[in-house]
Amino acid sequence: MANKLLEIRDLTMEYRTDDGISKVLNNVSLSLDEGETLGLVGETGAGKTTTALSIMGLLPKKTGFITGGSIDFDVYGELTKKREAEMRTIRGHEMAMIFQDPMTSLNPVIRVGDQIKESFKIHMPDLSSAEMDKKVDDMLEMVGIPSSRKNDYAHQFSGGMKQRVVIAMALSCEPRLLIADEPTTALDVTIQAQVLNMMKELKKKFNTSMILITHDLGIVAQTCDRVAVMYAGTIIESGSVNEIFESGKHHPYTTGLFGSIPDLKKDTKRLSPIDGLMPDPMELPAGCAFHVRCPKCMEICRETMPKGKVVSGTHMISCHAAEGGMQNE
Amino acid sequence: MGKYILQRLGMMVFVVLGISFIIFVIMSLTPGNPAILILGQSASPDQIAALEEKMGLNNPFFVRYFDYIGNMLHGDFGNSYLTGLPVFDDIFSRFPTTLKLSALAMFFAALVGIPVGVISAIRQYSFVDAISTTLALLFASIPNFVLGLILMLVFSLNLHMFPATGVQSFASYVLPALTLSAMTMATLVRMTRSTMLEVLKQDYIRTARSKGATERSIVLTHALRNALLPVITVIGVDFGYLLGGTVVIESVFSIPGIGTLLITAIRMKDTPVVMAAIMFVTLAYSLVNLTVDIIYAFIDPRIKSQYEKR
Amino acid sequence: MIRQTEEIKSRTQIASIMHRLKKNKLAMLGLFVLLFMIVIAIFAGVIANYDTAVIGQNISIRLSKPSAEHWFGTDQFGRDIFARIIHGARISLSMSIIAMTIAVTIGAVIGSVAGYYGGVIDNVLMRFMDILLAIPPILMSISIVAALGQSIPNLLIALAIAYIPVFARVIRSTILSIKDQEFIEAARACGSSNRRIIMAHIIPNAIGPIIVQATLAMGATILIIASLSFMGLGVKPPAPEWGTMLYEGREFLKQAPYLVLFPGGAITISVISLNLLGDGLRDSLDPRLKN
Repeated sequence: MANKLLEIRDLTMEYRTDDGISKVLNNVSLSLDEGETLGLVGETGAGKTTTALSIMGLLPKKTGFITGGSIDFDVYGELTKKREAEMRTIRGHEMAMIFQDPMTSLNPVIRVGDQIKESFKIHMPDLSSAEMDKKVDDMLEMVGIPSSRKNDYAHQFSGGMKQRVVIAMALSCEPRLLIADEPTTALDVTIQAQVLNMMKELKKKFNTSMILITHDLGIVAQTCDRVAVMYAGTIIESGSVNEIFESGKHHPYTTGLFGSIPDLKKDTKRLSPIDGLMPDPMELPAGCAFHVRCPKCMEICRETMPKGKVVSGTHMISCHAAEGGMQNE
Repeated sequence: MGKYILQRLGMMVFVVLGISFIIFVIMSLTPGNPAILILGQSASPDQIAALEEKMGLNNPFFVRYFDYIGNMLHGDFGNSYLTGLPVFDDIFSRFPTTLKLSALAMFFAALVGIPVGVISAIRQYSFVDAISTTLALLFASIPNFVLGLILMLVFSLNLHMFPATGVQSFASYVLPALTLSAMTMATLVRMTRSTMLEVLKQDYIRTARSKGATERSIVLTHALRNALLPVITVIGVDFGYLLGGTVVIESVFSIPGIGTLLITAIRMKDTPVVMAAIMFVTLAYSLVNLTVDIIYAFIDPRIKSQYEKR
Repeated sequence: MIRQTEEIKSRTQIASIMHRLKKNKLAMLGLFVLLFMIVIAIFAGVIANYDTAVIGQNISIRLSKPSAEHWFGTDQFGRDIFARIIHGARISLSMSIIAMTIAVTIGAVIGSVAGYYGGVIDNVLMRFMDILLAIPPILMSISIVAALGQSIPNLLIALAIAYIPVFARVIRSTILSIKDQEFIEAARACGSSNRRIIMAHIIPNAIGPIIVQATLAMGATILIIASLSFMGLGVKPPAPEWGTMLYEGREFLKQAPYLVLFPGGAITISVISLNLLGDGLRDSLDPRLKN
């Protein structure tokens, strides 16, 4: 049995500010195998980015606090307990993250090539400058950018090319894990496809595992091996892509997610979005966080948080209705 | 790039001409007859009329203005009403002193102001931040001549560490330059602090952190270069305040620069000297602004590429 | 109906600004000190008799140190320094308020014309403003005083001229930022006249930045007035302007420093409170700082 590359157990985290306490993550559990791509799906505000930041150790120091759970990463041990100096050796080297908006992710006054080279200077200081330059050139070529452009500045690239630079930067030290937070949301649809394909190939080449955060189920279907659906700081459903897309059983929220996508084959008069809004993390309802909007809400849902239950294979659903086997498409 | 420089140079020339016109207008409103001033009250009407003719005082306004500009381009600023000597010589000999004073003041301001601003930003809300913000407020509000007098009282008259007046040595420049630097130092502390705070919130800083960069390299390499861009512009603008301030500071510390020349000339109604002094100072200010703009265009890659075609 | 909306908009904007300002303790401190000074300036005559305490000379008690009778001591002519400082507040405050009012009014007109009509008019006016801005305010004041003579009206004219470009720019940029926005087009489509648009949209948006600039500029003007007086080019003695007091008291720096320290302190405190208030107002107007 292969050891999991990343194992998150019951991660709980909150933001403490003058306005109150925001319980952003509540008992999040996830795992990732080597070489796998996990799609982390959910609405804005569900806690996907916060999960990513928690893994990377990039939570704001003064306001973000992990209050429970653990994050185990490969041979590097339990991340939540590590000192900053140690996290810095892992960040950018074994773990890398790319963010949503390529327009602002690159430093405007430093040459693009130097920004990539910086990763080598930090994590592979024994290399000579010439060796590092060669690696920078290689990385640029790999993401489809001519290495002659390495002395250009960020503003001289288009959005899609900027994102490629960001990806080159992230993969430069061949990390074991890449977290991509909505990497293509800010790009044109045609560029999206290119970038995603490129990521897929590179991932295979370096055998990098990936967590792909997105709200686009189409992307999930194309690029991911496994899926985890997140709502109000909890994983409410997870499984392989096949299980999620083809099973008859779902968490009511997931049903809603699928239902709100326009289907070319069906002749629907109106889209069926999910009624209501995600609860404010400062005032989470008792019981299941989704119960207020849930069409299948029962008495027990108002009082007790449902536990994740495996309904088949690796397909897990965290729902009282699903447990009873009463959930049907 | 050359195109940009020419553009800005053109603007500067236009502005300087505009200033010369405005100052000329203001100065020509001075009541009194320069001819009488030069010759004295007891001169005869004929003598006065002759001098008026010779000086061109009866010419229409614009003729006088263009004469002045024409002469100015030859380095002829007229002669002092008092001494009869060319104004230019006086100004030229005093200019280096004033320049040294201003430059030293700006140097002090940047030397202290920028690092303190950076530290305040990194340690936002800490004790250091509170102290530096308070001191910055104080330095921005205290009149420079009061600060000068206080420094003179403490370090010169009481402690005898620095000379109180004159420019015998480098040490004589210290107290005046420190006084002059206070306001700009305060501005730089506040500006640097605020731009650093802005920059540290940016996405590319988050990217740098996710690469595992140390806090030190984040501040010095990633953040500072971005934060300093607006600060440089402020340095240019504040130089104007600095030059205006030299007038007062030279008066406090009895420094023989353009400032004291100006004050004396005003009291004596020596208009050519007043005009030339003000022109010189404003010209210096415009040049500094031009230089700052050009430097800025060179160091901000985004502006630079606007003017460089590939 | 539209008039009510204009009023409501201005009122709620002011209310929300005041609310946010109240949270800023330093700014409130500045405001209180300023109000305190205004009160003192208004009642100066009541607090200290002008003829005896301020300009009346009494050589026998000259240069006496601060004491119970003379809180801030007496100067070289035996005049009570405390009384002079009180009356000096009246001079500094009234002069800077008047100068700022003139500058705001004229600047607003210029800026509005430039921003509204655009094109050549805008260009010409703004070039002219650029030229004025290239002259440091203190030099502008000095040259006008040099030419027209040393008097309070001349000083006020000089200060006003120096700061007109600042306010012209503020109004112009407010107008420019709003002019192209869609709600102006919408308002026109509904038939709002130009006057309505100005009242309802431009003024509420411009008031904030103008007040901030005016407050900060007031501090700067007080400094300039004091600086000129200090050099003997501003308010003439025996008027108790704080800078003039420094002009007169300077020669006694070593033997009687209180002649310098009290007026100097008064200037500093006024400028500090104006700076604190101005900064506070600026922060409460900044939409990004809304929590």
